[in-house]
Amino acid sequence: MAEHTPLFMIENLHAGIEGKEILRGVNLVIERGEIHALMGPNGSGKSTLAYVIAGHPNYEVYEGRILYKGENVLELPPDERARMGMFLAFQYPTAIPGVTMANFLRLAVNSVRKARYGEDKALTPREFRRLLREKLEMLRMDETFASRYLNEGFSGGEKKRAEILQMAMLEPEFAVLDETDSGLDIDALRTVADGVNQLFNSNMALLVITHYQRILNYIRPHYVHVMLDGKIAVSGGPELAEELEEKGYDWVKTQYAEAAS
Amino acid sequence: MATPEVELKRLGSEYAEKYGFRDPEQYVFKARKGLDREVVEQISWIKNEPDWMREFRLKALEYFLRRPMPTWGADLSELNFDEIVYYIKPTERQGSSWDELPEHIRRTFDRLGIPEAERKFLAGVGAQYESEVVYHSLREELKRLGVIFVDMDTAVREYPDLVKQYFGTIVPPNDNKFAALNSAVWSGGSFVYVPEGVRVEVPLQAYFRINAENVGQFERTLIIVEPGAYVHYVEGCTAPIYSAASLHSAVVEIIVKEGARCRYTTIQNWSKNVYNLVTKRAAAYRDATMEWVDGNLGSKVTMKYPAVWLMEPGARGEVLSVAFAGDGQHQDAGGKMVHVAPYTSSQIISKSISKGTGRASYRGLVKVHRGAHHVRANVVCDALLLDEQSRTDTYPYMEIEEEQVSIGHEATVSKVAEEQLFYLQSRGLTEAEAMSMIVNGFIEPITKELPLEYAVELNRLIALEMEGSVG
Ligand SMILES: Nc1ncnc2c1ncn2[C@@H]1O[C@H](COP(=O)(O)OP(=O)(O)OP(=O)(O)O)[C@@H](O)[C@H]1O
Ligand SMILES: [Mg+2]
Repeated sequence: MAEHTPLFMIENLHAGIEGKEILRGVNLVIERGEIHALMGPNGSGKSTLAYVIAGHPNYEVYEGRILYKGENVLELPPDERARMGMFLAFQYPTAIPGVTMANFLRLAVNSVRKARYGEDKALTPREFRRLLREKLEMLRMDETFASRYLNEGFSGGEKKRAEILQMAMLEPEFAVLDETDSGLDIDALRTVADGVNQLFNSNMALLVITHYQRILNYIRPHYVHVMLDGKIAVSGGPELAEELEEKGYDWVKTQYAEAAS
Repeated sequence: MATPEVELKRLGSEYAEKYGFRDPEQYVFKARKGLDREVVEQISWIKNEPDWMREFRLKALEYFLRRPMPTWGADLSELNFDEIVYYIKPTERQGSSWDELPEHIRRTFDRLGIPEAERKFLAGVGAQYESEVVYHSLREELKRLGVIFVDMDTAVREYPDLVKQYFGTIVPPNDNKFAALNSAVWSGGSFVYVPEGVRVEVPLQAYFRINAENVGQFERTLIIVEPGAYVHYVEGCTAPIYSAASLHSAVVEIIVKEGARCRYTTIQNWSKNVYNLVTKRAAAYRDATMEWVDGNLGSKVTMKYPAVWLMEPGARGEVLSVAFAGDGQHQDAGGKMVHVAPYTSSQIISKSISKGTGRASYRGLVKVHRGAHHVRANVVCDALLLDEQSRTDTYPYMEIEEEQVSIGHEATVSKVAEEQLFYLQSRGLTEAEAMSMIVNGFIEPITKELPLEYAVELNRLIALEMEGSVG
């Protein structure tokens, strides 16, 4: 049987910041066409994992590998990972004063397109504007967002929408959404979730970090993982999220403690 | 703001290739090294000047020799006046079409994109090569309206009355050591006269090119904007890279009369062996507006503080200054606002960026004379540091002799946040692209004031500075 390469795989990842270990042996395999949810209490290491996947320079990796399309990406700078088709929707997006969304996106989209599809696959200004308009419409965002400065003065919910707008423009094959649902009102949650579902296809995969069952009613995960103290303590199907909503993390903690002992 | 990715991608080359190339030295006349009475007289003789101008030069030379080097500002200790050639005449005569120029000079300006810019978006162009303006043009319809745009030497010959009336009145020869130097050996530069009520809607541009090694360029510009008129004058400059220092020391004098408006934009991109020591000053009369947009990217050392003297009520002055100090550069830049009359207003906005061993200093003065009540003045200076090593300082002088005034001052220093870099990189931008994007965003309040072509140019130059320098 030929060796099968999953789209995304984490092996025994130990990582942290300033010598403090936060992730303590994470393992995860994600195939194309799959949606995985990652839940877990505050401070358990979910965002840290997201940052390490994206290549944040402040985080140190002590051990383990992250394989994307079979290649260990840990040695690659964040921009190369992005140009390979990886994407992170930030929990707390950063504002860049003076840089308009449109100018930024045009540079980003074309860097990524050229790297992934070939030098001649950059969008012309007209094609770019059309695509941007289309995606703004899909996310029910006002056209004026194109000329606003990136995340500057955006409301919490607008920032989250803008993250998904970027995802829509960049067409990643593997995306991590870090609490994209928090800060969104009920209608916005629906719009954003609809948007993500439209973008999703069997050739890509998603890792959705969330605290709430609600978004998972729209973006249906195939697998749910619970992170405790820097490790994935429990994994299961979509029913695990419902159980968590009912019983809380203490239930997982006891179960995990029992299993470990 | 325009930072399309094509602009960034086109930047495969560094300064050396784009601007730093050099032509073989060919000239009709080259003065010997060093400066004395004989050299000054020689310049005046070659130019066949009237006596009053020769006297003006010789008097200025005395001031220059008498005055000590400034002890404030940037370090000028390596500047050796004896090693510099003060005058080079590159061609026998000036051309009014590019074809008339010697091949090597025409190629240079072609490579710098000047004829192309002229066709696309300029009303007139002056091109100076070494000490003389080798090319000049002005659209016919502007000539018919009485607009004058010629090089300064031509103006001395053809408009002696106008020149005599204003030359050296805004920046007197003894104003400072470098104004004195310029007054003694000046050559080239622009003379602009805009008659009453005439609005020159598209910019006039001058381009200054130094080619030879160890030379000084001392252009002299005089702009007179009659009541209700408007003009936007733009200057750019570049030079080849040499190890020996070159000197650029210009004087610019501007008179903006009642209800008139003048905007003067500089994109200074000298190579990093040029000392750029320039005096720029305007007088603004009743309800007139003077705006300096000053972009300093190149040079080894720049000392430049464009000034507006607000002479009558309603006058308004503005300085928008961008300075980029890369490795080994010291940009000592800022602005001066002198409120002579009541009910005048001014604004200085300075944005500086320092990288590596670069140092950007903001130096500015707001002066309110006694009796100049109801003055409003505002100074904002923001500095951005690109790394741990780079450095910035601010010297915001205020001399306020009147009480009924409103003066605002804000200063910020910030570092490029790692989070911003990471955010942009996580979207596929390289570190250099991310860095230039952040920097271009930082200066956006100024670039948005520029015509698109210059905004693009400024952003492009900054991207160029960023290239090959990070990581
Ligand atoms: N830059 C940092 N410096 C020091 N400690 C950090 C840093 N970043 C994260 N940590 C610590 O690492 C732990 C995990 O943080 P992380 O942000 O990954 O949690 P999380 O699971 O995403 O939490 P939340 O659900 O609240 O978003 C926390 O204890 C946090 O304080
Ligand atoms: Mg988090």
